[in-house]
Amino acid sequence: MSPSRRTTVRDIILVCAADAILSVSYGATSVAGGLPPWVPIVMSLIVFSGGAQIAATSIVLAGGNPFAAIAAGALLNTRLLPYGFTVADVTGGSWFKRLAGAHLTTDEAVAFALRQDSPERRRYAFWTCGVALYVSWNVATVAGTVAGTMMNNTGTFGLDATFPAMMLALALPAITRRRVAAAAGTGALAAVALTPVLPVGLPVLASLGGLAWLRRGRSR
Amino acid sequence: MPIAAIAILAVVTFAFRLAGPVFRTRVTISTQAQDFMTAVAAVLLVAVAVTSALTQGHDFGGWARTAGVAAGGLLAVRRAPFPVVVVTAALVTALLRLAGVA
Repeated sequence: MSPSRRTTVRDIILVCAADAILSVSYGATSVAGGLPPWVPIVMSLIVFSGGAQIAATSIVLAGGNPFAAIAAGALLNTRLLPYGFTVADVTGGSWFKRLAGAHLTTDEAVAFALRQDSPERRRYAFWTCGVALYVSWNVATVAGTVAGTMMNNTGTFGLDATFPAMMLALALPAITRRRVAAAAGTGALAAVALTPVLPVGLPVLASLGGLAWLRRGRSR
Repeated sequence: MPIAAIAILAVVTFAFRLAGPVFRTRVTISTQAQDFMTAVAAVLLVAVAVTSALTQGHDFGGWARTAGVAAGGLLAVRRAPFPVVVVTAALVTALLRLAGVA
């Protein structure tokens, strides 16, 4: 094993561990919030996208319309579209490989693939991270649902504060420019202001109006 | 959450993931478009975080949760490790409730 490959494997293990903590919390908070255990478990298996799972579940737990939850989750995942093009060289090949590679495309796997210099290493990093993350993410969700059934009072343990905190922690690395920060701030303000008047779930979609900040930057 | 809703979200998500491997020879996505989609994700995550921190249904959700999320968020800005952020948010909220803050 070359040193750089060993470093890659070590970093992948660290990322899987960090994501497993997120996934345990996600499973526990969903179940403690009143959802049956199969909901987070199935979502982890077939959606396999932390931010979208947590955002959609938050909206549903807040009493929002499932379609608003789908819309928020789907819009969050539009970022996977460019990822697919970025790593298309490593997910190519047989149809099975393409389908499996597509499902394993995450922020993490793409980040690891992009860090490598040779195509062979890119492929290795992508598939190692993808498979390891898929297994650890799903095992952790199941573990979380078990923990969640033991804590059946979300309020007492303050678990209702964990989803928003998780989403802030997930969003911050993407806020690298001032305009994105302005867009996120304005969007959040608009969403909160509209909460008393719009059906639950919709105010979140209104936050996208904050993206106007980015347009202003482009026209200059 | 109905199974149909989960299935729709799964199919849409998978379609986004599969578009690249299928269409890559015919389409190219600009860096600008990539940045824009990352910004969409950031704006939505912050909006869901802030609304679920502050509100419950159509009303204010109470000070305990608001303070807990604020504490966790502050630690996240300071680049605290993820478990610290999550546990702090829950702990601050739980302790405030124990002290009688709604």
